[in-house]
Amino acid sequence: MAFAARHLLGIEQLPAAAIVALLDAAGDYVTFNRQPLRRRDTLAGMTVITLFYEPSTRTQASFELAGKRLGADVMTMAVAQSSVKKGETLIDTALTLNAMRPDLIVVRHPASGAVNLLASKVDCAVVNAGDGRHEHPTQALLDALTIRRRKGRLEGLTVAICGDIAHSRVARSNILLLGKLGNRIRLVGPPTLIPAGAGEMGCEVATDMAAGLADADVVMMLRLQKERMDGAFIPSEREYYHRFGLDAEKLSRARPDAIVMHPGPMNRGVEIDGTLADDINRSVIQDQVEMGVAVRMAALDLLARNLRAGRAEAAAAAASAAATGADHG
Amino acid sequence: MTLAIVNVRLVDPEALTEAPGTLTLAGGRIVARDRPPPAGARILDGGGLCLAPGIVDLGVKVGEPGERHKESFRTAGLAAAAGGGTTLVTRPDTHPPIDSPESLEFVARRAAAASPVRIAPMAALTRGREGREMVEIGLLRDAGAAAFSDGLRQVESTRVFARCLTYAAGLGALVIGHPQDAGLAAGAAATAGRFASLRGLPAVAAMAERIGLDRDLGLVAMTRARYHADQITTAASLPALARARAEGLDVTAGVSIHHVTLNEFDIGDYRTFFRLSPPLRSEADREAVVAALADGLIDILCSMHDPQDEESKRLPFEEAAAGAVGLETFLPAALRLWHGGALGLARLFRAMALNPARRLGLPQGRLAVGAPADLVLFDPDAPFVLDRFRLRSKAKNTPFDGARMQGKVRATWVGGRQVFAAGDADARP
Repeated sequence: MAFAARHLLGIEQLPAAAIVALLDAAGDYVTFNRQPLRRRDTLAGMTVITLFYEPSTRTQASFELAGKRLGADVMTMAVAQSSVKKGETLIDTALTLNAMRPDLIVVRHPASGAVNLLASKVDCAVVNAGDGRHEHPTQALLDALTIRRRKGRLEGLTVAICGDIAHSRVARSNILLLGKLGNRIRLVGPPTLIPAGAGEMGCEVATDMAAGLADADVVMMLRLQKERMDGAFIPSEREYYHRFGLDAEKLSRARPDAIVMHPGPMNRGVEIDGTLADDINRSVIQDQVEMGVAVRMAALDLLARNLRAGRAEAAAAAASAAATGADHG
Repeated sequence: MTLAIVNVRLVDPEALTEAPGTLTLAGGRIVARDRPPPAGARILDGGGLCLAPGIVDLGVKVGEPGERHKESFRTAGLAAAAGGGTTLVTRPDTHPPIDSPESLEFVARRAAAASPVRIAPMAALTRGREGREMVEIGLLRDAGAAAFSDGLRQVESTRVFARCLTYAAGLGALVIGHPQDAGLAAGAAATAGRFASLRGLPAVAAMAERIGLDRDLGLVAMTRARYHADQITTAASLPALARARAEGLDVTAGVSIHHVTLNEFDIGDYRTFFRLSPPLRSEADREAVVAALADGLIDILCSMHDPQDEESKRLPFEEAAAGAVGLETFLPAALRLWHGGALGLARLFRAMALNPARRLGLPQGRLAVGAPADLVLFDPDAPFVLDRFRLRSKAKNTPFDGARMQGKVRATWVGGRQVFAAGDADARP
């Protein structure tokens, strides 16, 4: 099995073969999800907890649906009303949830590395649904699946990732994933929103859209993350839209068959023109949402398999130890 | 009583020599060197190990007043003694800060009662460390303040800092700056670059240190104050420092042991014991700073001991408290530089004992006849694996947990009185 990980914390730890295995499994789930009867008992008897420390609509709903379609019991934790508000630390929350013996926990947290920390304290499998500006692996996987289905391949493509890269975990996971599979990555945005060391990550950097989008096969727009900004990174939304907002004119620099992506939620008229976002010939934004459910089903499925295998191995080891003990007794 | 320590390698940071010899102590001082032990003297065979001046550690944080659960003068003193430290120059960034003669007296009294090693307390430079009004520098100096510093906080207002420097210059008082541009450094948990970007951590450009240093050096040129930069940790700051030295400014610089032995990659998977202030730097910066320490451009090596409780560290990296304990790991970590060939032993003790003592006008840090008998006997090769739960500090936040280290202290003397003997360690649970 190419996907052998215990947790899905980031793209960084995944070898290319594991990524491909996950995408293949997700591809099957796309077909499955288009059938009229969309329910399996793959995760029957298993408990999935979604724990979101940041508000989310699509990601949390997508994970919930993925879990339910696989027959799991899904519990959605509303952190805003929980003991977290009473000052409980992340580790204490992790230990509390762990004591309830869940099988999978899906976590989103505003601090980079928080999900890794939680994963080190629990016995179940952990899925990172976004931690600070660090990683958002299922988003990168669903983007990859979308590209692979639209372009027929996932290598040798020129991908322009545009906008607020500095504050984006989506960008980091995509840079890692697309890089591992041999694509050419260009980061496009105002210099204040390009992270330090971008060149050393194997990316090209462009600070205007004309150069950045030239010959691109994929144009990936990012949301301007105003909530993560601790000061003025751009002079105004008006100027930002003028220079970096994607419209038909700027898109004309890309290849004629280039696709337009956005992880959502969109700021129409800030980073993307509304008409373009809705253009079914160019925009694959709705595809991305559909692929999201399939990718999350695949992730939960494969992690659950590894979890079961790990538990079976531990039980066998315990039984063998007991047998050896009996022989000597 | 007279004690003669024979059969040792004397590590002399003044003469920059390392040679077999004998040291005779009496009345709290060194009374003879390389002379046969006088009749009636107690004789201690050092077994060929190294004998050096005790460490004078500039910038140690003790939790008194306010955070005694993190570290008390008693535990800090015991930890220092076990690590070869004989003088702790303590930081004023306590709760409340040490910004009045009364609070300084409290510290001096507590320290004298509880600590087996010498404590030289520093005072804050501004009231409440708020960067607005200067403290009573004259009264505090008369009360025994070793130096003036707002701790790990830059005095942001150039006007206030210039006044503090001008006033301190008139008294000959030493001002210790924290050269980090506060605007750039706000909220940072790592050094800007590929590593911090991939980890998604809020980061500060290494240049923030040089900007802070350039500013401070400009004000020092203007006021002719005595100035020490607490931690110089990046290559970009070094030319500015060299220029100030060449211009004849009374400027010295320090660096923490962590910044010369670790780099940003040690943070790895968000290990919060590696969250420091300033943050760990690139390997290129570390190498440049080690070279500057070796050639004397950076004068002082310190532990920057900063105890933090478990709760402050069991958090996501960017929310965790900065700082690491260092009293007991200071010497073995520094010996990594010696084992690696970067610095000689005498050079190391110049940076860890002689230079800080000189800068503060203290008589310690030397092996000369007449100097205080503050000494450390150590085996520079003895290997061990560090277990943080065996540290004497109340707080256990060391980045060296589980690390293979070399260098064990066998005995420590303060004013001729033995304050630590190995074996204490082995008897511990």
